[in-house]
Amino acid sequence: MTQTVEPTHRQLGMTDSEFDSVVRILGREPRPAELAMYSVMWSEHCSYKSSRRHLGRFPTEAPWVVVGPGENAGVVDIGDGWLAALRIESHNHPSYVEPHQGAATGVGGILRDVFTMGARPIGLWDQIRFGPLDEPKNRYLFGGVVSGIADYGNAVGVPTVGGEIGFDPCYSGNPLVNVMCLGILKRDQLVLGTAGTPGTVAVLLGNSTGRDGIGGASVLASASFDNESREKRPSVQVGDPFEEKKLIEACLELYTKGLVVGVQDLGAAGLSCATSEPAGRAGVGMEVDLDAVHVREPEMTAPELLMSESQERMMAFVDAANVEQVLEVADKWEIDSAVIGVVRAGDTLTIRHKGEVVAEIPAASLADDAPLYDRPRARPSELDDVWATEPRLPDDLDLADAVLRLLDDPAIGSSAWVHEQYDHMLFLNTIVGPGADGSLLRVKGTNKGLAVSTDGNGRLCQLDPRRGGARLVFEAALNVAVIGAEPMALVDNLNFGNPEKPEVMWQFVESVAGISEACESLGVPVVGGNVSFYNETEGVDIYPTPVVGLLGLADPVPNEPPRIDRAEEGMEIWEIGPEPTASLAGSSAERIVLGTLTGRPTAPDPEVARQVIGLVRELAHTVPVLHDVSDGGLAVAIAEICIASEVGATIELGDPSLLFSEDPHRVVAVFEHGAVEPPGDIARRIGTVGGVALTLGDATIDIATATDAYREAIPRRMTS
Amino acid sequence: MRVRIEITRRPEIADPQGTTIRRALADLGHEQVERVRVDRVIHLDIAGDDRSAIESQANEMCRQVLANPVLEDFSVEVLG
Amino acid sequence: MRTAVVQFPGTNCEHDVVEAVTALGGSAELVWHRDTDLSDFDGAILPGGFAHGDYLRTGAIARFSPVMTEVFRLADSGAPVLGICNGFQILCEAGLLPGALIANRDLAFICRLVEVEVADTDTVLTRTATVGQRIRIPLNSYEGNWVDPTRRGRVVLRYVDDPNGSQQQAAAVANDRGNVVGVMPHPERAIHDFLGSSDGNLLLEGFLHSLAPA
Repeated sequence: MTQTVEPTHRQLGMTDSEFDSVVRILGREPRPAELAMYSVMWSEHCSYKSSRRHLGRFPTEAPWVVVGPGENAGVVDIGDGWLAALRIESHNHPSYVEPHQGAATGVGGILRDVFTMGARPIGLWDQIRFGPLDEPKNRYLFGGVVSGIADYGNAVGVPTVGGEIGFDPCYSGNPLVNVMCLGILKRDQLVLGTAGTPGTVAVLLGNSTGRDGIGGASVLASASFDNESREKRPSVQVGDPFEEKKLIEACLELYTKGLVVGVQDLGAAGLSCATSEPAGRAGVGMEVDLDAVHVREPEMTAPELLMSESQERMMAFVDAANVEQVLEVADKWEIDSAVIGVVRAGDTLTIRHKGEVVAEIPAASLADDAPLYDRPRARPSELDDVWATEPRLPDDLDLADAVLRLLDDPAIGSSAWVHEQYDHMLFLNTIVGPGADGSLLRVKGTNKGLAVSTDGNGRLCQLDPRRGGARLVFEAALNVAVIGAEPMALVDNLNFGNPEKPEVMWQFVESVAGISEACESLGVPVVGGNVSFYNETEGVDIYPTPVVGLLGLADPVPNEPPRIDRAEEGMEIWEIGPEPTASLAGSSAERIVLGTLTGRPTAPDPEVARQVIGLVRELAHTVPVLHDVSDGGLAVAIAEICIASEVGATIELGDPSLLFSEDPHRVVAVFEHGAVEPPGDIARRIGTVGGVALTLGDATIDIATATDAYREAIPRRMTS
Repeated sequence: MRVRIEITRRPEIADPQGTTIRRALADLGHEQVERVRVDRVIHLDIAGDDRSAIESQANEMCRQVLANPVLEDFSVEVLG
Repeated sequence: MRTAVVQFPGTNCEHDVVEAVTALGGSAELVWHRDTDLSDFDGAILPGGFAHGDYLRTGAIARFSPVMTEVFRLADSGAPVLGICNGFQILCEAGLLPGALIANRDLAFICRLVEVEVADTDTVLTRTATVGQRIRIPLNSYEGNWVDPTRRGRVVLRYVDDPNGSQQQAAAVANDRGNVVGVMPHPERAIHDFLGSSDGNLLLEGFLHSLAPA
């Protein structure tokens, strides 16, 4: 048998026509280091070549947007001289290969995106999804991801204050790990990823460079998984939160002292990206000497140095006169530093190694000339049949038993097993922490608070990616409204299957449209995002799972923000929002009771959404309990209030379909009789707090039993 | 029989702990230390007297659970 | 009366401690672990965090930082020295407190509000409290499980419900003189009701009162 050797560009994941583009740009065959740089920068992960065309659909402008998409993080003005920086990113594939380190380095990466902007990171949120916990492999992945987030986040000293956990068989071979970070900075400390003007010096700060994750961006995040991936994986990146902590403090000191012109973090594509992007943005060229880079391993080649994804590294661009001071700050914080390059006029990025030029390319071409694909799209043919099949609960359903089964579901039950492993209190800002609808952090020295909700729902989006995408935005907006905040800016993490399949591409474009329409109707700009394609295993795609992270501003912070543990005997229970339909399409009850996924989710109504959000935001200042109706519908929302408040309730409604419906724009409010008078057209009294049981029509559930199911949902599975 | 298993970080994988300890040793005057690597040692007492069977069993345990093949190498020694 | 808040590389609760002390009218200032002169200070707090990444053993590397010579001097002079969480671990490694801190019984990090009972009021942390008084402050540690084979340590605070296996349910421990105290939960995280509890102020007030000449 004859062995055919793949040409190098194909081994690096590049198509023949992409290779031809490189030859055209350079006017010659690329050198090995040049080919390496183009291959990582033009990978799906770095170039967004399949998605870029569609991301322009997002509304990105508002008077308070300071930095929109395209930089390391989005930045908005929250008043009083403060800005907030936010970003979300996925680490799905690395977390499958090595869950602990994959999740840990995901946290490290998103932190760098935020402190690159001049901000101090003040909160992290994790959106994590796995296959069912009855499979040992999924328990291993879940446990590893949680411990990785805990080890890194706790030690680096940034509190993890919220997030969401989901389980579905579609994530068994491809877990989702999305991390969002929020930072704050004074207005005059904003730093951009620019290389500055000719003469500016490039200083590499932080960890030494090793062969970590060589080709990670292109190999791991831009291709499908199969059983061979364990063999062909690149060496896994290991996170060092201690190094990152020192790097954060050193960078913040550099910003305070005004010592940097621009900063770029080293993430995917490492030095290739951290040299070409800032130079491209500034419209300048650059000379880089790879021999100056501090390395961990001997004998590294130029392509390896340029592609390495070693963690905890930053590139600072510094006026020549300030270099000594920058190196002193690095020394004080006990991090390594090296002057590795200088900015030149023109547009050429010249890289030398061992005295020879190994790359000489137009700096901007790595980003600007990246391929752009308009991949074919097709609406899945089976969708009409799916929509026509409305899920129906059996007539003889045991309602009490069904409620207990929902409470015992690890996606619905208490997340304490997870969030008590995370430091969620550091910095003394956490007014509302993990386990609530949204999180609320105070902004010290002001009356303001920053609220964040992260939301995803692959089932809704599988059934209808447009409605599903829109409903995520409305749900997140309601989640920040219940703690008194007005929606302000959104970041998204678009987790999808293989974009080379027309159905996946259709799902993607529909989701983007749904998210865009909802954002437009609420006046919320999208300030950044991330796309993760190729989330498939053995040819089976995950459900389309866009995740949104919504930032809201509470001004002022309610004196006593509503909490679900403040219901008391005798209080009234109200439902605020439209009357639900009996639709269970995509709901948790459909998943848990019926085990199906059919029907068409109820359409959101932007007009009603705005009305409810406005009303709820006002109520947040007076009402003790407000709780968003989402997974498990009214039944679960009220059960959660009862469990947290250690008291029963009586609800007149006994129709399981209405109790489990997850129709949008609804909130449960609990308050003393007459304390507030919600408008009758959008609110109705549905019950009373009291006793030791939850009564739903004819069904009765003992609160102690419900509490046990809810609290043990995750621990009992993880310790079995 | 007693089995000694040494689990070492693969050489190309970063070892933040080793790096930090080397720095601390240098601070205390031990500048001549060039590299520190923190490894793990596990001792097992396994019933039986078939050395090669025990050795292959221990190797299997390393592959299954004791070592993380993504990050670590291991070596097995039957001490007798 | 000034308190030095010692910052090691990897410390992360230093700003919270300064905020909490300042909110009570005290004066606190950060000092870097390479500083060698604390003569302007009347006491020291070693805050929580992950000094040197907790690598090797928690507190093992920090214990040799240059600033520790001055921390020893303050402790010897009878000045109040408080270690919170990681600071407690460092004081044990340094031999200023008996015992050592090992991994929690369930081998998981624990971050939650816990209830503790005051067991001893003859220390710089508890002088304004009463024996038997119960307070709520947040725990935030992986290695919070105190063991003391010598059984010499004075237990200052006890967990009401044992969260981590700590010997004698100890949440805080003092030296014989009562001027050096290590506390595992974080008093500085319980200084406002909106953070879930303000009981930590009682302990920090005790510390601040101890700074004044007896």
